[in-house]
Amino acid sequence: MIGYALKRFLGALPTLFIIVTVAFFMMRAAPGGPFDAARKLPPEIERNVKAAYNLDKPLIVQYGIYLERLAQGDLGPSFKNKDFTVAQLIGIGLPVSMRLGLLAMALAISLGVSLGVWAALRQNQWQDYSVMTVAMFGITVPTFVTAPLLTLLFGVYGVHIFGLEFNLPVGGWNGGAWRNMALPVVVLSLPQIAIIARLTRGSMIEVLRSNYIRTARAKGLSANAVVLRHALRAALLPLVSYLGPAVAGILTGSLIVEEIFGVPGIGRYFIQAALNRDYTLVMGVVICYAALIVLLNFIADMIYGLLDPRVRLS
Amino acid sequence: MTPAAVRNAQTLERAFAGRSLWADARARLFRNKAAVTGMAVLGIVALLALFAPYVSRFAYDGIDYSVVTCAPDWWPFEAACKAGPGHWFGTDTVGRDLFVRVLYGARVSLAVGFVATLVSLMIGVLYGATAGYWGGRVDALMMRVVDILYSLPFIFFVIILMVMFDRNFYLMFVAIGAVVWLTMARIVRGQTLSAKQKEYIEAARAAGVSPFGIITRHIIPNVVGPVVVYVTLTVPDVILIESFLSFLGLGIQEPLTSWGVLIADGANTMESAPWMLVFPALFMAVTLFCFNFIGDGLRDALDPKDH
Repeated sequence: MIGYALKRFLGALPTLFIIVTVAFFMMRAAPGGPFDAARKLPPEIERNVKAAYNLDKPLIVQYGIYLERLAQGDLGPSFKNKDFTVAQLIGIGLPVSMRLGLLAMALAISLGVSLGVWAALRQNQWQDYSVMTVAMFGITVPTFVTAPLLTLLFGVYGVHIFGLEFNLPVGGWNGGAWRNMALPVVVLSLPQIAIIARLTRGSMIEVLRSNYIRTARAKGLSANAVVLRHALRAALLPLVSYLGPAVAGILTGSLIVEEIFGVPGIGRYFIQAALNRDYTLVMGVVICYAALIVLLNFIADMIYGLLDPRVRLS
Repeated sequence: MTPAAVRNAQTLERAFAGRSLWADARARLFRNKAAVTGMAVLGIVALLALFAPYVSRFAYDGIDYSVVTCAPDWWPFEAACKAGPGHWFGTDTVGRDLFVRVLYGARVSLAVGFVATLVSLMIGVLYGATAGYWGGRVDALMMRVVDILYSLPFIFFVIILMVMFDRNFYLMFVAIGAVVWLTMARIVRGQTLSAKQKEYIEAARAAGVSPFGIITRHIIPNVVGPVVVYVTLTVPDVILIESFLSFLGLGIQEPLTSWGVLIADGANTMESAPWMLVFPALFMAVTLFCFNFIGDGLRDALDPKDH
């Protein structure tokens, strides 16, 4: 097990290396640079600025310097946000994004699994059809449509549901207050709830047909015990391998959600940094995201191995 | 032969006329109500988009400052002003007709959807079929490359590409196509692996057909089923990616438009002019639904074993 983990970990390093290389050269191949301001700098000052950031050296040398610093854990200074290093900026933004993402993930898994199991247990009845119709909506209607629509309903108009008036703030972070987080988290988790519900329903239906479930029922176990103790465990396996793609989906969604709701996370940095050609900050955010995705895929594989003895050691 | 005998032979032939697998699949597909509805609605949207200049008397970039941000005449809620006859979906913040702009957005979104899917189809099918046909070390290497590419956060590379190369319209086709071919390659490889064990491939090889000929003439036609299904599910994906980029302001540029741009504009003005958000969002959602229904229908039709 530990050997396998180590092997997987070493296998992830070339992936990260390729990401760094591709991102680095792609950005440098593009026209324009971080110091192309509207007001042109005097040539000698421009030369000094470029020298300070090593931008006057040949590209391959710059790449070497970047890799060397990266290996020491130094992501470099931000070109546009003076007085900040990239590590500091990520240190400010990442906790915000993580909090949003983890909450969305928790909501997606708990709600998605419950809906999926419910639909599977009522296969081809109205409960099943309604859950699957709603899931279809969740999958086809993208985040950038649901975000403004929900804001309109719960933020601007303040809809009344069950006597409760919803009048949520339409944007801002406010130090991560619940009221500010509610809409972004819901919007972020909607597509994932839908996909997870579909996945769970499919695998649950398959598992419920298998022989050991029939045995469990024949033994006289209660319906709850059969579902929760026997069926659910096996049915959740495909979900574990969906963990990696789910995180990627939430990261992509967070770009939109952070932009719309004005959340100060790293998703917003990324777009601004790319537009400003803030090379180091873009690289930092890409590396951060890539590491997250690689890590989550790794964790998913580990959990999968723990849960299913058949894939262990292979 | 006497005329009667000819007629007999003809009736016999008709009675025993074999139905190809494709005819069976088509019949199954047309029995699926959701898929047929999807095709019909999608056809209407596509026709409207194609004939957009003739459907409305307004130009997609015709600015009219006398009807700025006006609701359609039939709008049941409160609105600052009414746009007048012909503006079925109201007008935007500079008085352009929203109906015609939604249709022009449909043109861009559908075009990107089809072209980028075609790009991904060509790369994915050739790549997957090659890997699957050769097998062994070539296959392992080629699929390892796909695995690595899979784990890249691709949307970020697309964003970098779009930003850095100044929102080039044609680059968008390539960038999106380059992102979505991976799954296609995997599907085709799996199909090829199982197809190449079949006798007809052995026969072709024995007859001296070149590997390229075997791949293009014998393997690809036989793995077409799952690929068709995946293609119908890729188009909505691509439309989503395009709108995603356009929403962030990295895609199509004014005065041209796409659903993503229109939704972004609508989101900015939704408090005063909700129609600017509702109509583009509705068109996009309906189109995506149609593709999903058609894809599901095709899957059921082409792969009856699944049920």
